[in-house]
Amino acid sequence: MPPPNQTTIDHRAEIAADLSALIGDAYVIADSASLKAFESDGLSAYRQMPMLVALPSNTAEVSQVLAYCAKRDVKVVPRGAGTGLSGGALPLADGVTLGLGRFNKILEIDYANRSAVVQPGVANLTISQAMDSAGFYYAPDPSSQIACSIGGNVAENSGGVHSLKYGLTTNNLLGVEMVLMDGEIIRLGGKQFDADGYDLLGLITGSEGMLGVITEVTVRILPKPLTVRALLMGFASNDAAGQCVAGIIAAGIIPAGLELMDKPAIHAVEEFCHAGYPLEAEAILICELDGPEVEVEELVGRVSEIAASCGATSARTSESEAERQRFWLGRKSAFSAAGRIAPDYYVMDGTIPRGRLSEVLNRISELSEEYGLAVANIFHAGDGNLHPLILFDANVPGELERTEEMGGEILKLCVAVGGVLTGEHGVGVEKRDLMGEMFSETDLKQQQRVKCAFDSEQLLNPGKVFPTLHRCAELGRMHVHSGEMPFPDLPRF
Amino acid sequence: MAQSFTPGSVDELVQAVEWAVAGSHPLELIGGGSKRALGRPMQAEMTLDLSAFSGIKEYQPEELQLTAGAATPLAEIEAVLEEKDQMLAFEPADYGALLGTRAGATLGGVLACNLSGPRRIKAGAARDHFLGFHAVSGRAEDFKAGGKVVKNVTGYDLCKLLAGSWGTLAALYEVSVKVLPAPERIRTVLIMGLDDARALTVLGDAMASAHDVSAAAHLPAALAARSAVPYISEAGTAITALRVEGIGPSVEARCTALRAMFAMHGEGEELHSMYSRSFWREIRDGSPFGGDARALWRVSVPPAEGARLIASLREQLVIEAYYDWAGGLVWLALAAGEDAGVEVIQTAAVAHGGHATLLRAPTQIRAAISVFQPQAPAVAALTARLKGSFDPSAVLNPGRMYPGV
Repeated sequence: MPPPNQTTIDHRAEIAADLSALIGDAYVIADSASLKAFESDGLSAYRQMPMLVALPSNTAEVSQVLAYCAKRDVKVVPRGAGTGLSGGALPLADGVTLGLGRFNKILEIDYANRSAVVQPGVANLTISQAMDSAGFYYAPDPSSQIACSIGGNVAENSGGVHSLKYGLTTNNLLGVEMVLMDGEIIRLGGKQFDADGYDLLGLITGSEGMLGVITEVTVRILPKPLTVRALLMGFASNDAAGQCVAGIIAAGIIPAGLELMDKPAIHAVEEFCHAGYPLEAEAILICELDGPEVEVEELVGRVSEIAASCGATSARTSESEAERQRFWLGRKSAFSAAGRIAPDYYVMDGTIPRGRLSEVLNRISELSEEYGLAVANIFHAGDGNLHPLILFDANVPGELERTEEMGGEILKLCVAVGGVLTGEHGVGVEKRDLMGEMFSETDLKQQQRVKCAFDSEQLLNPGKVFPTLHRCAELGRMHVHSGEMPFPDLPRF
Repeated sequence: MAQSFTPGSVDELVQAVEWAVAGSHPLELIGGGSKRALGRPMQAEMTLDLSAFSGIKEYQPEELQLTAGAATPLAEIEAVLEEKDQMLAFEPADYGALLGTRAGATLGGVLACNLSGPRRIKAGAARDHFLGFHAVSGRAEDFKAGGKVVKNVTGYDLCKLLAGSWGTLAALYEVSVKVLPAPERIRTVLIMGLDDARALTVLGDAMASAHDVSAAAHLPAALAARSAVPYISEAGTAITALRVEGIGPSVEARCTALRAMFAMHGEGEELHSMYSRSFWREIRDGSPFGGDARALWRVSVPPAEGARLIASLREQLVIEAYYDWAGGLVWLALAAGEDAGVEVIQTAAVAHGGHATLLRAPTQIRAAISVFQPQAPAVAALTARLKGSFDPSAVLNPGRMYPGV
C-alpha cells in the first residue's frame, strides 16, 4: 500500500470536524470501536483500521466530501456492503472510507423501458424482489446477493451462477451517475441501449472503486422465464463431468447455469445441508435450463442424453420448484459448509478455458498434497470460472502464508493454461502482485494512465489492482525512440 | 489521395506510429476501408492500412471463442463460424452498401465502432462480445488487455473503452471475441398496418413478455415497400416485426403465443428462415435508406421514447424513419440541406433521453456539424484526457469523433 501520509493523520481531528460540517456529525465515524466494523471487507485476512469513515446520503454530499478530500490531499476508499472478496474496500490508515450504505432506495422501476434506477447501496436481491410481482428480475446473481450492493457489483463487475446465459454486471447496466475524485458529477448512459462517445460506462464497470464513486445505477431488467428446471448429475470422475460440460456447449445449448462441484465440496455441503447430492460421485453438475415449457422439456432431454453418453452415474431432473431449490441449496451453501469443516477457508477465483478443466483440477489436487492443505472445488463450469476453496487454520503459524502461496500457484496455473487471474471477484489487494503474470509493464502502465485521466493525484482507492505505483506525470511522459520513416525497404506508396 | 503505410508486422506498425509521433503526422486507420465515410472527416497526412493483420488465429468452437487479426474480413469469420453452427451474436452491421462502397467490413472495424444489429436488445452490443485485444497505442507502444475467456475482471476493461473509440485510441491488430451457437430455427411474426405509436406499444409488450424475442422492429408502409422480401414489400402497409429464435418446438410455441397476444391487430403473418434472414439483414444495414442520397441519422433513445421522438421531430422537419431495438434505435432520413437538421435532431434526442449520430451525409456537412452528439463539458473533458492518455500527440484518427478526439 502507498506509505501513509503522516501530515494527514496528524490532522485527523480537523478533517473529521470538516467532514461533519459537510454531512452531519452523526455520519462521520471517528471512534475506534465503531471504526472496527470497517477494518476489512469479505477478504478478512487483510485488515486495516481506516482513519475515518464518512457516510454521505446524497450525491451532493459525496461531491462535497470528494472535493474536500481532493483539496486536502486525503485518500478515499469507497465501500458498498463490504462483501467483496479481493480486499477492494480495504481501508487506508490515512484514508477516509466512504460508505454508500445510506444510498438505499429504489428510485424508479420503468417497465415500459425494461429498466430500473436504483441507489448504489441497494442490495442486489432487493432489486429483483421489488419487481417480482410484476414478473421481472435483475439477472446477475452473485452468491452474496442478499447482502452485496449494486454499487459494489458495478465496481467489481460481479457475476453469478446465471452469468453464462445472462452476462455479468457490465452486460446488464444501462447507466450510472458518478462523482469523480475532484467532486465533478457526471452521468454515463441512461435508459437507452448504447451510450454515446467512448464507452465510459463499460470502462468504470469493474474498475474497483478507483475511477469514481457510483451514486446512482440504471440496470436493465428482464421478464422472468416461464419455466425453470435443473438437472443434478453425478459422474465417476472430474474428466467425465468436464466432457459433459463440453458436450452441452458443443450441442449448441447455453444453459442458464452450469455448475460443477468436486467430491470434497459435495461431502462438505451434504454434511451441512443434506441437499441429497450423490455421495459416491467424484463430481456433480447442476445444469439449469429456463425458457418456455416446451423448450425446457426438449433441452432437459438433450442434456440427459449428453450426460448419459459421458457416463453419468446418476441424473435427476427437478420436478418441482422446491426440488430445484434443493438442488441449488448445496451449491449456495458451499461457502458456509466449508466454514464448518475447517477453521478458515480461502476462496480463489480464476477463469480457465473449459477444455482444460480436468487438467487444472488434477494439478490442484497435486498442489493440495504438496502443501498439505485440503481443497474443495466449486466451478461455474459453463464459463470456466473456478472457485477452489483452500481449507486452513489461521491459528497454525505459517498456514495462512502457505495458503496464500498455494492460491497464487493455482492462479498462475489458470493464466498458464490460457485463462485469467480473476473471473468475478476482482484484483483488489489480493491478486495485485500477480498482475505481472498476465500483463507486461507496458500493459499495466497504460491501465494506470486511464486511472490518471480520472484521478490525477491517485487519491481514490490507491494501492489496489496495480503492483507498482507510478506518478501520473511520470506515466504521461513519452519515450519515442526513432522518428525515421518506417520500414523504408518496403514498398508502401 | 493520402499516402499509405501498410505495415506487415507488429514491429512495423510500431515504427509507423513512432514516425507519426515524431513528426506529428496524423494517421487515418483503415482495415477494410468500409467505414471511411463515417464520422468526422479527417485531414490525415497518411493512411495506416492495417489490412495485413488478417486471418483467424484460433477458433475453438467448444470454448465459444475466436481470435483473429483485426483486419480479418467479417465475411471470412462468419463463413467459418457458420460451418460450426455458431455466430457473432451481436449481428455486426455492414454499412458498406449504405455508404456506397464495395469494401467489406472487418472484425476490428465493427468492434472499434461498436456497430451492433437487431439482436443487440437480447444478446448485447459488439462491446459485450469483445474479450481481449492486442494493439499499438498512439504512444507507439504494443500493449494488450482482456483475455480469451468470457468471465474476466482482471484489470480495467479496456475492451469496452476501445469498442466505440473509432480508432482514436489505438490501432487494434489482434482481437478475441465471444461466439455463440447459432439458432436452429428463426421465424418472424409480422403484424400489419399499425401506426408508429401503436406499433411501438406492440414492440414493448413483446419485449416485456417471456417469449424471448430476439429482434423487434417497425417499418412504415413507404419503407416496407422498399424491401426485397416479397411478403414485406407487397403487404402495402406498415410492418411490425418480431423475431423468435431457438430450437424448433420452442420457436413454434412462442410464435403462436405472440400471434395470440397481438390477435387484436389482425391475423398477422410469419416469415420463415430465409426471408427472416434477408429481412433482418435489411433492418441491420439500414437498407430501407440504401437507394437514396438523403442524410441519415441513427438515434438511440429509451425504447418507449422512439415514436414520441419522431412525432416531435415531424413538427419541425420532413423526415422518414423506421425503428429497430424495440423502438430504442431510430433510423431517420431527411434531405441533407445545409446541416442535416443537426440542431433540431440532437436537441430532440437529448430531450428524449438519448443521442443522435449522423451516419451518412456529404463530407462538407460532416466537417461542419457535430456528427456525434456533443457531450456534457465534464464528460468531454474526461474524454479528452483519455484520448491524451493513449494518444498524447493525437496522431490516431484525430478529430474523427470530436474536435481533437
